[in-house]
Amino acid sequence: MDAIVVSELRKRYGDVQALDGVSFAVREGEVFGLLGPNGAGKSTTVRVLVTLTHPDSGSATVNGHDVIRNADTVRRSIGYVPQDSGVDQYGTGRENLMLQGRVQDMGGVDLHKRVDELLELVGIADAADRIVKTYSGGMRRRLDIALGLVHRPRVLFLDEPTTGLDPEARVAMWTEVSRLAESESLTILLTTHYLEEADQLADRLSIVSQGRVVVEGTPAELKRGLRGDAVHVELENGAVDEAQRVIASVGARPEQVVEGRIIVSRVTNGARELPGILSALESAGITVASASLSRPTLDDVYLHYTGREFSMEDSGR
Amino acid sequence: MTVLRDTWFMTVRQARNLMREPIWIVLLLVQPMVWLLLYGQLFRNVTRLGGFGTSSYITFLAPAIVVMNAFFGATWSGMSMINDLDHKVVERFLATPASRLSIVLSQIVRSALTAAIQAVIILVVSFILGVRIHTGVLGWLTIILAGILVNSAFAGISQAIALLTRREATMIAIANFIGLPLLFLSSTMIARPQMPGWMQSAASLNPVDWGVRAAREVVLPHTNWSAVGWRLLLLFALTAVTAAWATSTFRAYQRSL
Repeated sequence: MDAIVVSELRKRYGDVQALDGVSFAVREGEVFGLLGPNGAGKSTTVRVLVTLTHPDSGSATVNGHDVIRNADTVRRSIGYVPQDSGVDQYGTGRENLMLQGRVQDMGGVDLHKRVDELLELVGIADAADRIVKTYSGGMRRRLDIALGLVHRPRVLFLDEPTTGLDPEARVAMWTEVSRLAESESLTILLTTHYLEEADQLADRLSIVSQGRVVVEGTPAELKRGLRGDAVHVELENGAVDEAQRVIASVGARPEQVVEGRIIVSRVTNGARELPGILSALESAGITVASASLSRPTLDDVYLHYTGREFSMEDSGR
Repeated sequence: MTVLRDTWFMTVRQARNLMREPIWIVLLLVQPMVWLLLYGQLFRNVTRLGGFGTSSYITFLAPAIVVMNAFFGATWSGMSMINDLDHKVVERFLATPASRLSIVLSQIVRSALTAAIQAVIILVVSFILGVRIHTGVLGWLTIILAGILVNSAFAGISQAIALLTRREATMIAIANFIGLPLLFLSSTMIARPQMPGWMQSAASLNPVDWGVRAAREVVLPHTNWSAVGWRLLLLFALTAVTAAWATSTFRAYQRSL
């Protein structure tokens, strides 16, 4: 059975079409990633799934329950770790967890035990009775995740779990999430705008751009779909059109994407074809500022399916 | 009753946070103490004008200060809602089955609880200053109840404004805008017969004045309990109305997500 089924979700905020027909399905027990730049519609999708936001049209079920008609049933079966925390900063970690359990109908010994267990599990037991305001960013994020898990949900939504964390804390969080998925036998829906994060954590993923799913698959499938390596050639000056013709004539695949003065071409074997490309450009009198070769990454997948460089779109917002 | 249970838990959360910084309760008491200790002494002879029902101005003033303090506290109560909205605490609860009503009600209950604690402190200080409440325990409770009801009624309004504006600066402006006018359009500091006629009429429509007169009645001789009862009932009805308004603005907030 699919834990999450999303079908043709649409949502408009003023002039912005945040969701423009998002559809995907998440299998029980998997870690599913929604990857895309800021503003692509990932968070809005999650907010619909956790019953915070009503879509304009379309439908979605979580654990078999409709998110609009059976919102309360959905709320009991999910954990939600929002992008911006939502922790009561003036309470202690333990108090936050206890309250979260109480509004989820837990209580008594069971709740106390569960809270202790979670504090231990996410590694903030030592800070349990300190005010959250004194926590570090990483500790807060751990508490956020624990809050999402108190009532033993079957599906956990992690909205940008590592945004704002330093690289070290981010890697630690990745280990944590994988471990939790395992030990709590969870289905996890994760949104991220970090390609490596999706690559690391997700069993399968959808790339989301401008309110719709562009492509879906396992990270390996998506990369394999690209066939071959990417040759990045940065030109000294702007003779882009001519350079594109030259590169194509060398026998490199005509599949080329241009970002400013960088031309990215797909070739079957990069190591073999790069010298040929460079010498052809040189004899055509085109100066190359830099050239590099890369195995397919999710970045390339993104570029391939959206025609835009991931990082560019992200920072351009 | 999930509403009651969740309201209780959420009130406990807020009350505990408040107790962590009891300095706020103390700071909020500075103002009423200034009124009681300085203003009360400064105008002690004002009762000679007549119509006060007592020759002791501090006795006349003390119950009104309890209500005034509760009123001012209420105008600020929306700040805590804005804080919870800003920090997405509200959203986190909305993704749980927690009662929606309890999110708003707990804010009002917390506000009223604070007012009740302050009322006790003000009354104890007044007692030390020589104010005697001849109606005894029932009188004390009536004054505290008047404070609670005036606070709740205005806390409902403050919550609604907080949910509509969602901005601290706007909240502060509105709190200042309604605070002093409603105070001066009441018999908090002066006996009704000494007020200009139009102000007396305006005061009759002012919920702050309803609270002040209910609270004051129990310290004056010949306490008219039915007048007390009616005013408290009126305040209770108003509280129900403003709480309902706050709840409907909360639904509008949810729809805007």
